Amino acid sequence: MKTIFTKTSGLTERPFHYCPGCTHGIIHRLIGELLEEMNLIEKAIGVAPVGCAGFCENYFSCDMIGAAHGRAVAVATGAKRARPDRFVFTYQGDGDGASIGLAETVSAAARGEKISSIFVNNAIYGMTGGQMAPTSLVGQRTSTSPYGRDAVTMGFPLDLPKILTQVEGAVYVASVSVESPQAIKETKKALRKAFQIQLDGLGYSFVSILSTCPTNWGVDPVEALDWLTTKMKPYFALGELKTPALEGGSNS
Amino acid sequence: MAMLMKGNEAIAEAAIQAGCRLFYGYPITPSTEIPEYMSKKMKSSGGTYLQAESEVAAINMVYGAGAVGERVMTGTSSPGFSLMQEGLSYLFAAEIPCVIVDVMRSGPGLGGLGPTQADYFQLTKGGGHGDYHGIVLAPASVQEMVDLTKEAFDIADYYRNLVIVAVDGILGQMMEPVEFPPYQGRKLSPKTWAASGAEGRPKNNVISYYLTPDLGESENLRWGQKISLMKESEQRFSEYLMDDAEFAFVAFGTSARITETAVDMLREEGIKVGLFRPVTLWPFPEKGLSARLPQIKGLMSVELSSGQMVEDVKLIVNGQAPVGLCKRQGGMTPEPEEVVDAFKKQLLGRGQG
Ligand SMILES: Cc1ncc(C[n+]2csc(CCOP(=O)(O)OP(=O)(O)O)c2C)c(N)n1
Ligand code: SF4
Ligand SMILES: [Mg+2]
Repeated sequence: MKTIFTKTSGLTERPFHYCPGCTHGIIHRLIGELLEEMNLIEKAIGVAPVGCAGFCENYFSCDMIGAAHGRAVAVATGAKRARPDRFVFTYQGDGDGASIGLAETVSAAARGEKISSIFVNNAIYGMTGGQMAPTSLVGQRTSTSPYGRDAVTMGFPLDLPKILTQVEGAVYVASVSVESPQAIKETKKALRKAFQIQLDGLGYSFVSILSTCPTNWGVDPVEALDWLTTKMKPYFALGELKTPALEGGSNS
Repeated sequence: MAMLMKGNEAIAEAAIQAGCRLFYGYPITPSTEIPEYMSKKMKSSGGTYLQAESEVAAINMVYGAGAVGERVMTGTSSPGFSLMQEGLSYLFAAEIPCVIVDVMRSGPGLGGLGPTQADYFQLTKGGGHGDYHGIVLAPASVQEMVDLTKEAFDIADYYRNLVIVAVDGILGQMMEPVEFPPYQGRKLSPKTWAASGAEGRPKNNVISYYLTPDLGESENLRWGQKISLMKESEQRFSEYLMDDAEFAFVAFGTSARITETAVDMLREEGIKVGLFRPVTLWPFPEKGLSARLPQIKGLMSVELSSGQMVEDVKLIVNGQAPVGLCKRQGGMTPEPEEVVDAFKKQLLGRGQG
């Protein structure tokens, strides 16, 4: 019998704990596949955040370090500088990377740390039960913006990848999503590029992935994909926002 | 051969000689000579110096380098040390060895640049959350800063625990002759737990959480056993004229240096006093101090704080003798005469003259 699909060896046997319809799982699979395909499992050191993905050290087959909330990039910096021969990545939520850990993200980008960050933007604090995130949309109801995010008092969503395009040491910045098979394919491509850029020693690579949180958005999984497509995608800059000049990519 | 060196630079040199190849830090007076020295010397020693964007980032970089199994250090001063407290708690729970230097300056708040020992509570009782302890070494001379810094890395690796070297601004800034004798280290096991890349072995996770209260309790009990072992095995102190002493001063670091002179002055008057100097602030050398209690009529803690260590002294003395306190705060240090006066007033029941 011909095998057409197997579980990647980049992931362990441990079942995911994510809610039904949550796209953290899809993103995990893409990373696991790339660890396998790029022969990185024995060479990688992953850094887990605090957030819904805070147990991801159980899922990836490589060595993993669990960081404090917001500090994954600093931990990854410490690890990579100690072992420049290793492949080091962070997996973080939007609260982790764009709020409490914003200084760490931007500073590591500025230094051009040779690490790769995967930034999962679900416009909410999933782990803690659906509070407002730095990325929550204007008008979005969360448990700490029960009347909807009011731009006057709560400000506007932060588009972190867009900011990072202005930082010289961030050599690859992509903003992708996972609402359709096509989008998932694009996301894998972006992740592969980000990983390769680290392996080539070019600088900091950052992939933002728009992701769903049906549980805390209060919708079913299918509606969640629709909400991502119709509400989130129009707001955030999308695509390969910055690629290395060598490749002849845009630098804007 | 002895050479003249500033305390902070001596610490940095000792760390490099102890095999520390990674330093992450953020500048702050009066500890800045440590990152400066590291930035000058790390590269030629085959290591890496990196200026972090904050002390929060620095301590988490330390966490990352320690987690992959390398020898790593940071150095800071009180406000920066405050920012590191969450990191210390995580380092303890993840059992990541590392060395942290706190060159104390006066607070609270931005405070001043003068010397102080007012981080004592934060250093010894845990400024971060949860039941944890770092081993706290308190040298009193530049030579001791060298010797203890070298050892700190071994102690950290031995217990898989954070070790803090605590000095004040005077010790960090002063120059004294020092030597760097060859150091015979402890026997250490290979770091098979480190998350250094799973080449040819099952994967490692270095983490600090537990999901269920029963696991939480068993982990805390396991850490508690390590704390007990460190408490039992690592108490250190040094004594000056204690053998026939009827009164004991208790002081560490700079205040111990000052108190030594006060002891000499009182001895000249025929009063039998001595100095008990804790070298480890945690674990506090309670065995050594307890052993002296039968001969002691009274004790005095001499501190550059409102009186923090005196609480530990009182716990050990447990009402068996009066315990006095001589203190200066906010960056001031007492003259030996002040220590003598405080002693006479509080423990001999007579004031000056
Ligand atoms: C210092 C600190 N502050 C707050 C928290 C509580 N906390 C845990 S996860 C989290 C937010 C997680 O949101 P995000 O990073 O977006 O990840 P998600 O769960 O949405 O994937 C917060 C506030 C914490 N663990 N530590
Ligand atoms: S709470 Fe949201 S982000 Fe977290 S696992 Fe559930 S759906 Fe996913
Ligand atoms: Mg989130």
